[in-house]
Amino acid sequence: MRHNLLHFSITIVLAFLFALFLPWWSVMLAAIGAAFLVPLKKATVFFIPFLGIFLLWFLWSYYLSASNNFIMAKRIAVLLPLEGNPYLLMVVTGIIGGLAAGIAGIFGTQLRRLIKE
Amino acid sequence: MSLHLEPYQIAYKFLIFKFSILLFMNAIKLIASFLLMLSVGYGLNVKFGSVPPIGKFLNPYTGIWQNETDETTTGTLSIPNLKDKVTVHYDAQLIPHVFAQNENDLYRAQGYLTAKHRLWQMEFQTFAASGRLSEIIGEAALNYDRQERRRGMVYGAEQTLKKMSEDPTTLAQVQAYADGVNSYIAHLKPEDYPVEYKLLDYQPEAWTPKKTALLLMYMTKMLAGGDNDMENTNALRLFGKARFDLLFPDFYNYTEPIIPKDHDWSFINVLQTPHPNTEPVLEAVAETITKPDPNYGSNNWAVSKEKSATGHAILANDPHLGLNLPNIWFVMQLSTPNHNVFGATLPGALGIISGFNEHISWGETNATRDVIDWYKIEFNTNRTHYKYNKEWKPLKKRVEHIKIRGQEAYRDTVLYTHHGPVVYDKNFKSDNNLSGYAMQWTGFIPGNGQKTFTEMNKAKNYDDYKKALKHWVAPAQNFVFASTEGDIALWVQGQFPNKWEGQGKFVMDGSQPENDWQSFIPQKFNAHVKNPKRGFVSSANQTPVDEAYPFYVFNDGYETYRNRVINNYFNSKAQFSVDDFKDLQNNNYNLKASELMPYMLSLMDTTRFNSDEKEIYQLAKHWDYNNAMDEFGPSIWKAWWDVLYDMVWDEFEVENMALTTPFTYQTIALLKNNGDDDFMDLINTPEKETAKDLFRLSFSEAVKNLNTWKTKHGSLKWVNYKGTFAGHLLQALPAFSRFNIPIGGGKNIVNATAENWGPSWRMIVEMTSPPTALGIYPGGQSGNPGSQFYDNFIDKWAAGDYYQLHFLPNDTATKAIIGTQTLTPLK
Repeated sequence: MRHNLLHFSITIVLAFLFALFLPWWSVMLAAIGAAFLVPLKKATVFFIPFLGIFLLWFLWSYYLSASNNFIMAKRIAVLLPLEGNPYLLMVVTGIIGGLAAGIAGIFGTQLRRLIKE
Repeated sequence: MSLHLEPYQIAYKFLIFKFSILLFMNAIKLIASFLLMLSVGYGLNVKFGSVPPIGKFLNPYTGIWQNETDETTTGTLSIPNLKDKVTVHYDAQLIPHVFAQNENDLYRAQGYLTAKHRLWQMEFQTFAASGRLSEIIGEAALNYDRQERRRGMVYGAEQTLKKMSEDPTTLAQVQAYADGVNSYIAHLKPEDYPVEYKLLDYQPEAWTPKKTALLLMYMTKMLAGGDNDMENTNALRLFGKARFDLLFPDFYNYTEPIIPKDHDWSFINVLQTPHPNTEPVLEAVAETITKPDPNYGSNNWAVSKEKSATGHAILANDPHLGLNLPNIWFVMQLSTPNHNVFGATLPGALGIISGFNEHISWGETNATRDVIDWYKIEFNTNRTHYKYNKEWKPLKKRVEHIKIRGQEAYRDTVLYTHHGPVVYDKNFKSDNNLSGYAMQWTGFIPGNGQKTFTEMNKAKNYDDYKKALKHWVAPAQNFVFASTEGDIALWVQGQFPNKWEGQGKFVMDGSQPENDWQSFIPQKFNAHVKNPKRGFVSSANQTPVDEAYPFYVFNDGYETYRNRVINNYFNSKAQFSVDDFKDLQNNNYNLKASELMPYMLSLMDTTRFNSDEKEIYQLAKHWDYNNAMDEFGPSIWKAWWDVLYDMVWDEFEVENMALTTPFTYQTIALLKNNGDDDFMDLINTPEKETAKDLFRLSFSEAVKNLNTWKTKHGSLKWVNYKGTFAGHLLQALPAFSRFNIPIGGGKNIVNATAENWGPSWRMIVEMTSPPTALGIYPGGQSGNPGSQFYDNFIDKWAAGDYYQLHFLPNDTATKAIIGTQTLTPLK
């Protein structure tokens, strides 16, 4: 459990730092990095980075959107279409980021295994 | 067999074996997970069809969440090449009030600020103008792009640019504007791009003076890009001259022209071009290029100080254009120490287009004259020359490179004659190897229309206004004018060919020099009026003049209703106030319906009505011909008229032939006066119908249509049935559009709000010193759908209200100002 929490925090911190100078797919690098630093087991390999980035993207988009009364989020939630619900859009945003990170987590774990074993 | 292994050897081999299997498995897993990761990453970063690159689009660092921003209205910005400081005050409507120290700085700031609020729109419109949409959206736009190139949009813009470049002042200003736009683009990071770029996954490119010319060309096409020569030619061939003239008379049985009927034309000493006795070519293409919506139009008027309740002249303008988001207009105040002007700008063009300064006010309506003519061209066998004046004249080739997203570019060769581009030939909507159709258009005449506005912005009186107009070539406009001195005027300005009687109504033989445009009407003889006796000037896209005007003008779609309502109103009493102007701009009287529906209702035999018909009939009878939101009458009229009109002109439903049905006014006149004409007969029935039969048949059909609609969509109240909407420029993308706008009015009504076009800017200016003005438009100052200023004017506009325009006398902020930005030279 301690490992999971540590991995989770490292993913978020790395993702946050990478985002300062790299495009959105840097969440994948963050997940690979975390996998190297703190190895995980079984399904957590995917789910911990998934949760980390899900949370980061969800909260970040909420933070950006809330200060503007969710005007754009409501419109994009019509476009996609998510019935105009800005929170659903934040969930989708989180899932997209989480998916990218989770899959990168799997790769990171495999890479670590090959190098270290 | 001497194979013998010790147990430790077996164990060792087994371990090696197991390890390599493990290694192999891990390598497989590694490669698999790597590929999976790459494909997910890639898949989320590219566009699939119309689906945006979803990871790029939704991530919170550079995606749409970064467009959840309000407008900044404070701070200091450094702009390269500014000479002096520029102060920008924003009021609560996000209207920038710009105070510069010289004109080049002013236009640099205008470019910068327009880009700041409307970058995507201004660029997209010029892409649309120049036939470059395939670059953005792919092959789906190729036919559109080819059509725009072939109608000479880029060629026309190049002529405009050439003319602008001959004038050092204009060139410097247009360049300053472009530089201003580019200073804005230069500091944008991908996360700052307007949301449309993210949706379509592309980047803004640099602005150039040519793009300003393209924007002007875009307006020329929108307002003077329509004609019916091909359709008229087909109709002439189909029905013969006598019938054609009955359906399409040069003038109607009434005229209420822009220039009052009693006008004295004796000052004109140039004659109309004599008829050369050439015959039209009775050939045309089966399908023509898309034309602008013929319903685009506008109103403007002004009353003299004597006719004004306050003793100051009052002027109004409301251009009727497509209702889009972002709106076509962007409102600004533009000021230097030498001039101070306020009004609506067109993103991409310099200066104020419809507005006022300390001395004058002006506004435009479309003058819709026939300024496009078609010539049949005969080629030699290898298509290098065309026949002209019994000789072979060389063709010029223009190769249009159309870039297509994700594909190789398309090359389209367009042949040019001295008339203009051969739009239709074997490569485009025509199949004849040896002939084609060339287009002559005032849009191709080099003109510095931009200068009309930069000069008009500084005009101090009637003479300055008149001088500024001289640069205006196309699209021809009715420029209304009022001054603080008390003058009112109206010029129908454009460069008009001096046509012979009937010239350009039908396709002409391009090999006969007599069919060329022989000369142009000298500018000073363009129809105009200053301080008429009646005390007001007005225009609403009706015929500019009556038959007394010494040059050839014919009806090719002039409006016939709004003008009469407006002029009747100004003839109804002695003096008018700003409130009267508001009432008139919001006037919903349906003169068209009132000229036919009572007649139709009176001829109805109600005894055999079913219950639905009885109900609708009662509702129709009680209508007062006002297109108010809550009325049922306008819905009934529209449903009825649509069916009736199609029934009358069933003769025009011919396959593979471009035809235009007769105009509304003449249709109504024929229904009332020629009710037993052969055209009334339904060709698909054995009986011979008259107008009266059509009224009854169309009524039943309309009642059915109305009830079907009602079952599907609910109440038949006009506001629902009409369903006015302001659609985003990207095919009315619902997420960025506004639907069911609560407003009355309609087609051919002074409040011309129909389903998707209407008063795109309403302005009323009282010529006090300084002038006091009201204005509003259906949109908002920001082009960002994530801004509260994106569509915030719409409800007030729909309710018929206005904003007081804060005309600041100098750069001192008043109470109306909510934020100030300073643009400083970049050191």
